[in-house]
This record gives sequence, C-alpha cells and structure tokens, in this order.
Amino acid sequence: MKRRKERINRGINVRSNDIFAVCSWREMLYLSTPRLLPIVGLLILSLTLSMYWQRVLLSVSVFALLAISWEMLALTGMVSLGQALFFGSGAYLAGIMNHYWGWSPAVTIPLATIFGGLFCTGVLIPVLRLRGIYFSMVTLVLPLMLVRVIEATRIFGGTVGISGLAALPSSWIEIYVIIIALLAALFGFRRLMSSDFGLVLKGINDNDRSVMNAGINIYWFKIQSLFIASSVGAFAGAYMTHIYLFVGMPVFALDYSILPIAAAVVGGIGTFAGSVLGAFLLVPLSEILRGLGGLRIVFYGLFLVIFTVALPEGIFHYIQRKYHQIERWVEVEK
Amino acid sequence: MSSSPLLKISGLYKNFGGVQAINDLSLEMAEGELLGLIGPNGSGKTTAVNLITGFVKPAEGEITYRTRDITGWAPYKIVRLGIARTFQMVKPFYQLPAFKNMIIPLYSPRVKQQVGGKYGDRDAVALDLLEEVGFERDAFVAYKMASTLPQGYLKRLELAKAIALQPNLLILDELFSGLSLAEVASIVPIIEKLRQQGKTILMIEHRLKELFRIADRIIVLNFGEKIAEGKAEEVMENEAVKKAYLGAEA
Repeated sequence: MKRRKERINRGINVRSNDIFAVCSWREMLYLSTPRLLPIVGLLILSLTLSMYWQRVLLSVSVFALLAISWEMLALTGMVSLGQALFFGSGAYLAGIMNHYWGWSPAVTIPLATIFGGLFCTGVLIPVLRLRGIYFSMVTLVLPLMLVRVIEATRIFGGTVGISGLAALPSSWIEIYVIIIALLAALFGFRRLMSSDFGLVLKGINDNDRSVMNAGINIYWFKIQSLFIASSVGAFAGAYMTHIYLFVGMPVFALDYSILPIAAAVVGGIGTFAGSVLGAFLLVPLSEILRGLGGLRIVFYGLFLVIFTVALPEGIFHYIQRKYHQIERWVEVEK
Repeated sequence: MSSSPLLKISGLYKNFGGVQAINDLSLEMAEGELLGLIGPNGSGKTTAVNLITGFVKPAEGEITYRTRDITGWAPYKIVRLGIARTFQMVKPFYQLPAFKNMIIPLYSPRVKQQVGGKYGDRDAVALDLLEEVGFERDAFVAYKMASTLPQGYLKRLELAKAIALQPNLLILDELFSGLSLAEVASIVPIIEKLRQQGKTILMIEHRLKELFRIADRIIVLNFGEKIAEGKAEEVMENEAVKKAYLGAEA
C-alpha cells in the first residue's frame, strides 16, 4: 500500500493567525501556551534546582543571550563568528570599572553593557561594508587579536587577569536577574523584529540593494543592529565577570563564539526562541557529558552531527510545525 | 525643450575593465516627459540607469538633477531627492509577504519628507498602493510570500515599491520584459496615470511597440553611445539604428 503524509493546519491556527478571532479558553491557551511556557518554566525551574544546576542554568542563560545576539546579527545579514568579542569586551569593562574605580556591580553591569556595545560597534564599523564570509573572518580574528594585545602589553593584569572582584548580593539575584534579562531579550527582540524597523533589518538580509534603493542608509541600520547585538553580548560578559569574580584572557575564548552558533543551528536559525532552545539543550548536555572525561568532546561532536543531519531545520521549527499542524497518513490509490 | 531640464547628463563615460559601457553620453530630460531608452543587448542602457541612480560611479562626466550635481552620490541619497527606479531583475524581499515588502520603501526618509510626519498605518498604505498596480484586494495576493508570487506580480510589486517613494523622476528598467501581452496591457494605464500626475519617466524597454505608443521621445544607444534621438518614427527610420538592430548588411 502506498501512502503519503498529509499536513493540515489546525483550524485554530488558521483563524488566529489570519483574523485573530479568540473566542474560547481553548484558543487562548493555544496561543498563549508557547509564550507562557518559557516564562513560567524558567521562573519555577530556578526555584527547584540544586546549587550546581542553578549554576548550569546561569551558564545556559548566558549562552542563550549570546545566541540571541548572534541571531540578531544573522537576521540583519551579518554572520558573526566572534561573539567572544562582545562577551570579552563587556567582561573586561565591568572588571576594570570594579577593580580600578571600585564601582559596584549595579553600576558596572549597565555601563559595561552600553560601553561594551559602543566599543564593539566602533571596532566593527570599518568592516560593515564587507559581506558574507569576509565579515565573518574579521569578527573571528578580532577577539583573538585582543587577547594577544592584553598578553603582550600586560595591561589589566596581563595573563593573570583581574581577580577579587565584587559579587552580586545573593545567589537569588544572580539567577533571577539573568533569567529576566533573557526573557526580556527573547520577547523584546521578537517584537522588535516584527516591527517596521525590524522589517528593514530583515530586508537588508534579504536584499540590501533593494533597501538602498528605497532611500534607506543600510549602514546606519546595520550599525543599530550591531549595537543592539553587541550590547546583549557585553551584558552577558559583564554579568559573568561578577559571577566568577574574575576577568582574564579566557573571556575571549573561542567557546563564546562557537557555542552560540551551534545553539542557533541546533535550535533553528531565523528565530530567537530557537537560539534559546538550542542553548538550553547544548549547555546541560555538555555538563552531563563531563563525566566522560576526554571522550566528552567526541560525544558532543557526534551529537551535533546527528542533530544537524536528522533535523536540519532545527528543533524549534520542528516543534512549531508539530504544534500548528495535524499530521496523518492517507492512502494513495494504486 | 524647457530651459532648465529635470535631469541633465553630460559627457558621461564608464568602462568595466576594457569594455567601454558608456561612451560620451549626454542627454536631457524635461519635467513631465516620458523618455524611452532603447538599444540592442549590451548597449549600456542598464549601466546608464545605474550611473544615474548611483549604483555605479562614472569614470568621467556629470549628472545634474534640478541644478544639483549628483555625480557619484550614494544611491540612498539620490532616492531622497526623488529619483526612484525599478530593477530589471526584480529584487523583492522573498522572505516577506508582498504587502510587507512595501513597508521598507514606506519607511524611507524620502516618504517622511514628502508626506510630513506620519503616513498613517503603513500596512494600509501598502495595500492601497498594491491595489493601484493590480494586486486585487479581494484575492489575497498581497498577503502571499513574495517567493511564491509569479513574475507578473513581482514586476508589479517592483513598480509599486518605486511609486511608494513618491518620486519626481521614475526610472523603469525593462518593466515589461517577461510579461504577457495582457499583463503589459494592464500596466500601460498605470504608467499613463503616473504621467497625468506629472511624473517624469525614463523607460528602458525591449518591447518597442508598447513603448512607442506612450513615449514622447526615444534615445537609441549602441555600444554605450547615443546613435539617435527624436520621435519614435524618426528614430526607426534612422540608418544607424537599423544597422545596430539588424546588423551591418541591412
């Protein structure tokens, strides 16, 4: 018997997406569940976890923010391989402000977010005209260059780094601030990208000449997107500085560039939720595999390969499809 | 020809490597005129448009728009003066629905400067503009992804995007190519309406029959040089033009 798979949009989905007719609890739940799930889930999860897994959740949130930052650039047509630049700049700025000037984390984190964003934007402005792989290469090299600069000139503690930095007041604040920041970034950017401003950014990714032809200065828009993305990365870095109470050369490590991209790819490119989902899968997985010692990276790599081959669209797109569509097998004659 | 032309090009040269794409091109366009630019393949028509709109920088020469020298300006600055163009190879935003494609030109500083402050709801304006170029409102074509639209609609979308910028000078680069006779016949009235609104239009076309019906004046290019200029009938009688189109023996 020959058969084929038929996919039909659920009635609720069709109605709610087109005319937004919400007329029952069932429909309202259908629409709100995907939004409420991460919010309620994250807030409750942090209450139930042990100290160790709370730390993992913190690390997950940081990588999720970096993945969002990567996605923001990707949606504007800039494929970055250097999230570590944003992370490291924020981390060092917060560390410097705390160590040399004695400012408290409540001041250093916001300032490092803004000035880290400005610094990274300023550094990357000269290469904004580059497209595709050329832009990526520059972003890959910049954090590696900064590491060497710090090593060679021995500024900011050189290879030793700066330690003994101020901690956040309590472990509850530690976990909740980052979770709220993550949720704000996730939902805020989603809204931003569906606004008219976001459409222009997407347009640049799709066809930059056509955007130019509309009398829009694409470099100005790219700069804005770059500033937003690098601020998010700098925030993550500044935050981690006050968690580790230390800042040093490892903040420019390749991990902070590569893992966010892996998260975005596994989670599903093109959506912020996908990037976050990817981070929530990859970081704990890497923790679980820690027991395997040297083989950890092998299994980790294997998992990535299996995932990209089996689900090239990404987990988020897969779940989204399952949620919005009914699938069934129908008989095909002859 | 009026004393102060809307667009004036003088002594324009452009070469790509060893190929002389535009060779000493000079032309003038009066306000409200519909000028047709024709020529065999590779004669430099699209390069001329790219030079006017700033996508390509000339090697030599001067382009003046309303007494302002715009030679070598960035494309987005030229658009803000009121020169809009369509692309021969349509350039829609494939990931967006047709009406969302319109939001990007409507977001332009040019539109803000023309209308002053807020335009109203951009989605609504987008749908109105699309209806003008033939996206039937009741058929929901405007809500379809640009990647699923047929060529005829993409060309209309391209035209609507240019009209959205409220240009004074509209440059249509082979708008009719790839369209059926019926589709062309439905677009011609749109162009005539634009003329009634006082827009100056530069049309590049291979569909000469349709062009000659609406153009005031024709300029013929060959190997980047202007070989003839005048009314449609005069131009087609020109020996050099016949040679360029039909080969040397004709």
